[in-house]
Amino acid sequence: MARFFDNIWVQDAIVVFGFALVAALIWRGSRNERWQRAWKRLRRDKVGMISGVVIALYLAVGALEAIQIPHREWYSVSILGWLTQSIPHETSYSAPFAKETLSVAKAEALNGTHILGTDALGKDTFVQTLRACRTALIIGGLTSAIYIPLGTLLGILAGYYRRWVDDLIQYIYSTLASIPEILLLISILMVLGKGLGTMSIALGVTSWVGLCRLIRGETMRQAERPYIAAARSLGQSQWKIVTSHLLPNVLHLVLINFVLGFSGLVLAEAILSYLGVGSPVGTASWGAMIDGARSELSREPLVWWNLTAATAALFGLVLSLNLFGDALRRAFDPKRG
Amino acid sequence: MFSYLLRRILYAIPILLGVILITFLLSFVVQSPATRAKVILGKRATPAAIADWMHHRGYDKPRFFNTKSGESLLDSQFFNHVKKLATFRLGVSDVTGRDLKEVFKEGAIPSLLITMPAFFVGIALAVSIALYQVFVRDTPLDTFGALAAVAMMSLPPMVWIIFGQAVVALSLNYFPAFGYDLHGLSTVKFLILPIALIAVMGLGADVRLYRAIFLEEIAQDYIRTAQAKGVSNSRLLFVHVLKNGMISLITLIVAHLPLLVMGSLLVENFFGIPGLGNTLFLAIQQGDFATVFASVYLGSILYLIGLILTDICYALVDPRIRLS
Repeated sequence: MARFFDNIWVQDAIVVFGFALVAALIWRGSRNERWQRAWKRLRRDKVGMISGVVIALYLAVGALEAIQIPHREWYSVSILGWLTQSIPHETSYSAPFAKETLSVAKAEALNGTHILGTDALGKDTFVQTLRACRTALIIGGLTSAIYIPLGTLLGILAGYYRRWVDDLIQYIYSTLASIPEILLLISILMVLGKGLGTMSIALGVTSWVGLCRLIRGETMRQAERPYIAAARSLGQSQWKIVTSHLLPNVLHLVLINFVLGFSGLVLAEAILSYLGVGSPVGTASWGAMIDGARSELSREPLVWWNLTAATAALFGLVLSLNLFGDALRRAFDPKRG
Repeated sequence: MFSYLLRRILYAIPILLGVILITFLLSFVVQSPATRAKVILGKRATPAAIADWMHHRGYDKPRFFNTKSGESLLDSQFFNHVKKLATFRLGVSDVTGRDLKEVFKEGAIPSLLITMPAFFVGIALAVSIALYQVFVRDTPLDTFGALAAVAMMSLPPMVWIIFGQAVVALSLNYFPAFGYDLHGLSTVKFLILPIALIAVMGLGADVRLYRAIFLEEIAQDYIRTAQAKGVSNSRLLFVHVLKNGMISLITLIVAHLPLLVMGSLLVENFFGIPGLGNTLFLAIQQGDFATVFASVYLGSILYLIGLILTDICYALVDPRIRLS
């Protein structure tokens, strides 16, 4: 099983599949009249459009790093790694645009110019920052693939069938919600071990609760409306009512939750990696880069570029996701926006 | 009122049992105590040492039912776990072997010393800013405030702390950057910066949320009626909107309760404050599972207490709830 997922083509296929899934979801939504109206409003929303473009850029960089191609010497290399292979490695820290490494005792001449300097191992900070997009993308994507179907399905079931189904689902999520999120995440990760996959599972376990609550409430509201009663009296099957009436009418909430949730996941990855239960050692991650800043800031001279680059990249993505999510909400629900 | 309260308390019991079940699954089923022993005692530990460690903590019992003759059927991992947690015996630390109840008792005071003030300062700040934003709604100032709030919540907590420590404490030298000393007034200088940081870290998200609640409130019909009969703008905000918005705020505020006692993991660790957050941070680094699971249980008890307090507050401010 692990061997199967280690194959680079399998990994590539998963990445492509993920993007295709999101595209399919949006295409399915675009047939809905409400989505078409929202798109018209979104196009006039300047902040929303700009943040959308920024997110697309991050996604593109993340995809370049996530997709692997075979390589003669190293077995496999990401497209981003292949594109940046001409940037040389150094032996230690060096400041942005410096000519030699940062060492008071014995500075060595650098092999090339690094616009954001290099880290402790002499890797180019700018490239490392770009590569960390992959970690954010994988955590956000995998976790969403776990929690969104789960939360949506359970929310619709609870809201539509009510009675014992609702009681059971409410009990499960109330129990999970009663544990402070960070504690639950830490304990799951301590048991399962660190890694991108386990982190996605842990985040998936904690993330579906909010979505499920939201969808349950909206489904209850929709189920009261005449068109559901009409569908039922026309003899449509329960399955048909759920999939072709209820689902399309709550899907916009799923989309908004997906975007806003993604920003939370990116932040959570950074915090968990910082605590030492997140990304495995050696993964390019903004959280791990910020973690390194603890020792770097007490050095003389100060090493500030790793912290700054990671913070700026993380901030840019999370801010854009938050702003885009807000813009989506305004577009879908102009009265309350 | 009494039956309403009783119902809420009874409702918490199955949830607590669920939490106990989750901690059991995590600590005995997903990862067996034998693996845990190997992680904590190291790879070179003798089998005898591992067996001793497990026996000392009761981890070598059968999982569900004890079928050995002469022993109680319920003397098993599962029933002992439930019994222990239900009677609030938290067990001992996996690494140091100290009684966890003592550890938590010790850490609670330093944690509360920084989180309580931060909590009140944070709420007061967030509510005033949000109200002011509603006061000047649809002006560039409000737009800027909303944008600033989103920007503030987009920064990870570590960055706030690193900034505070590196700039305010080390470069400007306004406050000590590290340490804690429980001796009257001299404690204060160690606490100001952590308190300020915790208050500021949550500010963005809180302001945004409260503003949304107040905006929803101000769109209500009774506000228009009040306006029509000539209620002044400030009275409208501070009396009508704040009072009614508070009902929604209670829920959000009480959700903070477990975090108050648990302290802030990162802040306590950065500033070397010997609170629960720091204990937890060390437990994570050392792989001390027992401490982490116990704090999961403790955290959810606090959350449930908070939930019941919320219900009491609701019943006090909204008579409709008491009657239904």
